[in-house]
Amino acid sequence: MNKPALNLSPPVSDRIEKTTCYMCACRCGIDVHIRDGKLRYIEGNRDHPVNRGVLCAKGSAGIMQHLSPSRLRKPLLRVGERGKGAFREIEWEEAMALAVSWLKPVRESDPRKLAFFTGRDQSQALTSWFAQQYGTPNFAAHGGFCSVNMAAGGISTIGGAFWEFGAPDWERTRLFMLFGVAEDHDSNPLKIGISKLKARGAKVIGVNPVRTGYNAIADEWVGITPGTDGLFILALVHELLRTGRVDLDYLLRYSNAGWLLIDAPGTAEHGLIARDREGKPLVGLRGSGIIVSHDRAGRKATLKGAYRLPDGRRAVPVFERLVETYLDPKYAPEAVAEETGVPATTIRRIAAELARVAFEEEIVLERPWTDMKGERHPRMIGRPVSFHAMRGISAHSNGFQTCRALHLLQVLLGSVDCPGGFRFEPPYPKPMAAHPRPHGDARPGQPLAGPPLGFPLGPEDLLLEADGVTPQRIDKAYSWEAPLAAHGLMHMVISNAAAGDPYPVDVLFLYMANMSWNSSMNSRGVMEMLEAKREDGEYVIPKIIYSDAYASEMVAYADLVLPDTTYLERHDCISLLDRPISEPDAIADSIRWPVFEPDRDVRGFQSVLLDLGARLGLPGFVDENGAPAYRDYADYITRHERRPGVGPLAGFRGADGTKSGRGEPNPDQIRRYIENGGFWMAHVPEEAQFFKHANRAYQDWAVEMGVTDAPTPVTFELYSEPLRRFQLAAEGHGERQPPDHLRASIRAAFTPLPCWYPPFEGESLAEVGGKEAFPFHAITQRPMAMYHSWGSQNAWLRQIHGTNPLYVPAPVCDELGLEDGDWIWVISHHGRIKVQMARMAAVNSRTLWTWNAIGKRKGAWNLAPDAPEATRGFLLNHLIHELLPPKGDGLRWANSDPVTGQAAWYDLRVRIEKAEAGDEAEPRFPPQERPAGLPEPPREIRYGQEWSE
Amino acid sequence: MTSLPGPTPKKLGLVIDLDICVGCHACVVSCKEWNTGGYGAALSDQDPYGAAPSGSWNNRVHSFEIEPDPAASRRQGGAYGDARIVHFPKSCLHCEDAPCVPVCPTGASYKRAEDGIVLVNEDICIGCGLCAWACPYGAREMDAAEGVMKKCTLCVDRIYNENIPEVDRVPACVRSCPTNARHFGDLADPDSEVSRMVAERGGIDLMPEQETKPVNKYLPPRPRRDRDDTSMLNLAALADPVPTGFLGWLDNALERLG
Repeated sequence: MNKPALNLSPPVSDRIEKTTCYMCACRCGIDVHIRDGKLRYIEGNRDHPVNRGVLCAKGSAGIMQHLSPSRLRKPLLRVGERGKGAFREIEWEEAMALAVSWLKPVRESDPRKLAFFTGRDQSQALTSWFAQQYGTPNFAAHGGFCSVNMAAGGISTIGGAFWEFGAPDWERTRLFMLFGVAEDHDSNPLKIGISKLKARGAKVIGVNPVRTGYNAIADEWVGITPGTDGLFILALVHELLRTGRVDLDYLLRYSNAGWLLIDAPGTAEHGLIARDREGKPLVGLRGSGIIVSHDRAGRKATLKGAYRLPDGRRAVPVFERLVETYLDPKYAPEAVAEETGVPATTIRRIAAELARVAFEEEIVLERPWTDMKGERHPRMIGRPVSFHAMRGISAHSNGFQTCRALHLLQVLLGSVDCPGGFRFEPPYPKPMAAHPRPHGDARPGQPLAGPPLGFPLGPEDLLLEADGVTPQRIDKAYSWEAPLAAHGLMHMVISNAAAGDPYPVDVLFLYMANMSWNSSMNSRGVMEMLEAKREDGEYVIPKIIYSDAYASEMVAYADLVLPDTTYLERHDCISLLDRPISEPDAIADSIRWPVFEPDRDVRGFQSVLLDLGARLGLPGFVDENGAPAYRDYADYITRHERRPGVGPLAGFRGADGTKSGRGEPNPDQIRRYIENGGFWMAHVPEEAQFFKHANRAYQDWAVEMGVTDAPTPVTFELYSEPLRRFQLAAEGHGERQPPDHLRASIRAAFTPLPCWYPPFEGESLAEVGGKEAFPFHAITQRPMAMYHSWGSQNAWLRQIHGTNPLYVPAPVCDELGLEDGDWIWVISHHGRIKVQMARMAAVNSRTLWTWNAIGKRKGAWNLAPDAPEATRGFLLNHLIHELLPPKGDGLRWANSDPVTGQAAWYDLRVRIEKAEAGDEAEPRFPPQERPAGLPEPPREIRYGQEWSE
Repeated sequence: MTSLPGPTPKKLGLVIDLDICVGCHACVVSCKEWNTGGYGAALSDQDPYGAAPSGSWNNRVHSFEIEPDPAASRRQGGAYGDARIVHFPKSCLHCEDAPCVPVCPTGASYKRAEDGIVLVNEDICIGCGLCAWACPYGAREMDAAEGVMKKCTLCVDRIYNENIPEVDRVPACVRSCPTNARHFGDLADPDSEVSRMVAERGGIDLMPEQETKPVNKYLPPRPRRDRDDTSMLNLAALADPVPTGFLGWLDNALERLG
């Protein structure tokens, strides 16, 4: 008979090692199955708080990443011109000595001349500390390109942010609105959560110009016009206020709605919060009108009217101003319908739905708790509407205020950290004032006085030279151009360094940041800047050190390459000091550890950085005898203490590993993590699980866990006094004054109540034909099966996304006579690209889009020069400039959010023209060489054939 | 020539929920990574780093767009219509009347009598491709390196495997699916979870007119509550405080707070 005998229980693996994925930024737990010493397969860790056993396409394709022929093999020294990719292999000792010879004199003369920027770095607690101890303020990761509007908008408003720092209450929410979410942060939790919502009939509304991914399965899709989310949200706010559907009790308890604002136009205190002698905000009492400090009034504060302060000045409550602002007819649904592309009836209905679910489907948990004022509450009241947002909001020049608008909406509905609402994940919430201030003031041979990154609370915290205007940082973060640049402006570093504005640099040191390609705006321009030479023949940016695990586009531009390991060959800590993996009900952190030893002469970057720090003699990196303080990154993870008892990992602390959060270092800590599945987690006590911003039990527990050293409750700042302080400066008050050309934009963008203004690019096209000449928006979406530039070297993932057509809305296709596969020119104020298009109807009718970062430079990532990613794949980046079109004033205006400096790459405006058919996208670049020592890639893979039965 | 076994006591298969599939390809890749080192020859990849990468896969997700009412956008007055993207994962459906089995000239293609899983005995497969021609679903792929036909095995080397924990004895695609859109079970048992799911959600056969009686079922999207819910509009009107203005409402509301 044909039926063979099958072995239904074949051997699977000899051992299973549990570590953390790094195929994107989600940090899922993985079980790595190893057979015959070789990777058999990877699956999700069922016990892990992030992914609970599931795993995405990227995670499952980890085998191909771990074995990629693009892996660097040995330190490399450039031998040809920059950009060519010609290197010779050198030994680590030579590489380290060379790096030290470049870095040491810079530190001794002018440490600012080192710009140290990292990409999708998951070790910022270490990298930032290196910069601080070296003494350069010029440090950041790539958040300025990516997320800072979300982080700064959230932290300044509610003391926490979306992204992966909070989550909807998936178990209880009944109406969920998702704004512009990408697939590379918290994506498995989002998928798990949305699935739960759909299963129990909760409604999901997706707000996104493109109806792919989560939007494809949403109950309702709002195909909004890019850059108008803030206007849509404020129209919802208008409707809620107009119909009286806001949670006054919640506002009085948890927000600054009742705080009095000084109403003294023309004075230096106009619009600041009225305070008593101890600095406590004042409120008026309902009925009597007596003015007292807010903590004495509780919920007896008034929300409307005008009051006389003890000093005789007039004052009005925040809420009065707020109502005036948003009842303005300019926020009425009819007034915003055209701009947003969302019909007025839809806006009105969604507002009514939000209100109905929040207030008529109230949730009651019979769970007593005590607030920070000592009031005991018999139960927890929940408003089961929740929101989530990411880059779709963030990457616009109005993204900061849009993010604040969304948090305002949440607070008005009473749905922040309540049952059914958006929930904080420890260590959040944490008010902006409890974060550090940024530190500049570089001095030769000295460390900075504190961390380079932080949150300014007013002009006095900016990093400016003595003239009060000149930026201290190379990227102009914390200058008048980007006062709240909490993540730095990575996208401006090369451009500013090349322009010597505000000064040139000597060494550019980058880690896993693909700046010569998809991680820059204006990629061609950046390549030219990296290649540019001075009259004396030296490069304008004289030295570039780069660390990456793979032969990315940026490798070709490095002078010295320090090869990193793959994620299965390294130690890492996903730390509470950086970006932890906590869930709303649990504080958690995790590790990576070498499941395999590298078969190449490569070293984990963090160990290399510790070694460099020790060779440079940086304080903290060497002991009292000048010897290296840490053997390697694992040793640092175990023994480093940021504050007494608080280190990179919070679990298994204390000499015997029994302490959580705080405790002396445990030499056995990493082994304990490994035994525990690669992570540690402690549950938030039941009483502490909601209203964390005002919950005594939570605040006490957070102190116990080492999250903070004293309770840090948060008052939601619907009205932001720090923003008002910057605005006052722009109005001419105070000692530190912005340059005149920035006054108007600071006044307009720093409104203390959330505002909306049109994205800058569209408004700055006057010299080149106006908005009409560039009638369409062009944006990218992140494919679920690919993480920015890393995925294309992966033999499996590139079979799923090997090229990226430009999707063109069906009505536009009809108008221009375009059919699938046609070639078109896409033209912005800055450049033109020739690409292949495809028709699509499920998209905003003014928006073109494509998949993010599929296009590759020829020869990069050890792909064949004729790989489809290099011939037909393309980047929109070539159309986007880091500067706005010149305004004729001779100034360089950044294409960034004026509050945070966030790169505004979603503001792109284009027109399209039909092109001659072709076989390659344009622009074209000469191929980069395969770095020395990398193998010819195999022509066939038969992975696991030896286990075939 | 092979004959089908007739009705099998068990009908193991997948139930795939199109309401929640976001097209993430998790199932596609987890299938590849399990099976390339599992049953039969590796799932090979040709020109994996070159101009025309291709490979054999047992499971793929197809995405397509449907546009129920192209005029809706204009009628509604907004900048978007009601076109949508559907993500459709597809692998062997382990049909009761599997047309791929009787066409096999060597008997390599067969359906297991005990559980209904359709398999290829690679030892006697000659790679003629007739089975793939016979399959109306395009669910079989020839492996270019080994020259044998590859297809979904329902992870037959997982689901009974005593070397892995019981909870993991499900196909790799089910184990990994982040949205819980894939379910595995016995569709011959009316009380099984998958059968109940099919009954409750109106699970459907793919292309029933082919009379292949697929065991795998698809759950159609749940009815979506979007723009039809006009009761909300009235609610907003009722709450409209225009007569006294918002601040008048505020007075009353604050009074109620006490």
